Amino acid sequence: MTRFAKFSAAALGITLLAGTAFADGHVNAAVKARQSQMTLYAFNIGQLGAMAKGAVDYDAAKASAAAANLAALTALDQSALWPQGSDSDSFMDSNAKPEMWQNFPDVMTKGKALADAAMVMQTAAGGGLDSLRGAIGPLGGACSACHKAYRVPQN
Amino acid sequence: MRRVLSALILLAVFGLATFWFLTRPDFLPDDALAGLSADTTRGEQVFNAAGCASCHTAPNAEPGDAPVLSGGQEFPSPFGTFLAPNITPDPVQGIGGWSALDLANAMTRGISPQGAHYYPAFPYTSYARASLQDVVDLRAFLATLPADATPSQPHKIGFPFNIRRSLGGWKLLFANDDWIMPATDATLERGRYLVEALGHCAECHTARGPLGNLDLDKWMAGAPNPKGKGNIPGITPAQLDWSAQDIAYYFETGFTPDFDSAGGQMARVVENLSKLPASDRSAITAYLKALPAGQ
Repeated sequence: MTRFAKFSAAALGITLLAGTAFADGHVNAAVKARQSQMTLYAFNIGQLGAMAKGAVDYDAAKASAAAANLAALTALDQSALWPQGSDSDSFMDSNAKPEMWQNFPDVMTKGKALADAAMVMQTAAGGGLDSLRGAIGPLGGACSACHKAYRVPQN
Repeated sequence: MRRVLSALILLAVFGLATFWFLTRPDFLPDDALAGLSADTTRGEQVFNAAGCASCHTAPNAEPGDAPVLSGGQEFPSPFGTFLAPNITPDPVQGIGGWSALDLANAMTRGISPQGAHYYPAFPYTSYARASLQDVVDLRAFLATLPADATPSQPHKIGFPFNIRRSLGGWKLLFANDDWIMPATDATLERGRYLVEALGHCAECHTARGPLGNLDLDKWMAGAPNPKGKGNIPGITPAQLDWSAQDIAYYFETGFTPDFDSAGGQMARVVENLSKLPASDRSAITAYLKALPAGQ
């Protein structure tokens, strides 16, 4: 092997390694970001749920604020949060089943259902405790519909 | 030499006869359901409590109010993959031709109308504790659901587990209708009935031994996820430290105390539990709270 070939091979190797490292870093950031978004969903639903459950007193202003946050969160464009290679088989910290990437239209439908349920909640949250309670069931159903199909058990 | 051979043959015949005798199907008596009349409305509650739709709907189908129980979901195990059959009222592909007694034999004894043993992927080991009145009511409700002519798919099971007759021996060792936990009041008794009989919670939440039998010493203490990554969580008070209110709310809405939401097979369970009376969700909660702390 000539010196040039050796050099080229080494350079190529380093480039490939760096490429992999970049891909991993990129996937890692996306997985962290989408899990953070889930945490924000949960925090805002938690404000509403604590009232629905009777753990804290109903407060129309706080309920409306949480519901507005939730509606805004569900409206975010998530396309960069779910890159190829970020499924649970390919990436250790991911709990998203590979089926998500095979059934993309269904994932979009389920995402739309969540956004719709969040908009219903945004209208309902300020209208009294019963109104809030009526909207939280469908919201939970929309969360679970996706978790049922596309999330691996976590414990 | 010839005498030894005859003795061996005799022994083999005796052994086979014993195997055949011990592994025969143990049917309910013909008059087991005498005097019981069916109530379809109660049957719907039994249907939800027993979680039939969770496994018997087609893969990825949303059950809705009148689920089509055409089967096809896969259940991987160390012994092979089991496929849920069609249990719609279709008389050919489903169970439309079954009597109430046929359903009772299937659910409480794990036997088909023809006398074949079912694999315990069908949780008759739990349903064995169900009341025959509930089975009669359930049959009436199942008959109201839509029929579907999709043929049931065969299980993907290799030798030797494909010899159904040997399940008779498995049943002798591991199947009975004894209660696991004591119940000291009416609420705990109802909770125990829902958890240990209809709800068949232990089928996923309890680890199994080498022959697929539930390890009763680790009752509800969690198990590996048979479908891949992760574990089915333990739900004894040692592992599940949620308040009773939080547990009941989870059964109603699927929300955990942190407002994460149920996923996987448990999301289907929550769909069923949310349709039960609140008193039943409280009874299940009381049962879980009364479990020994576990590991």
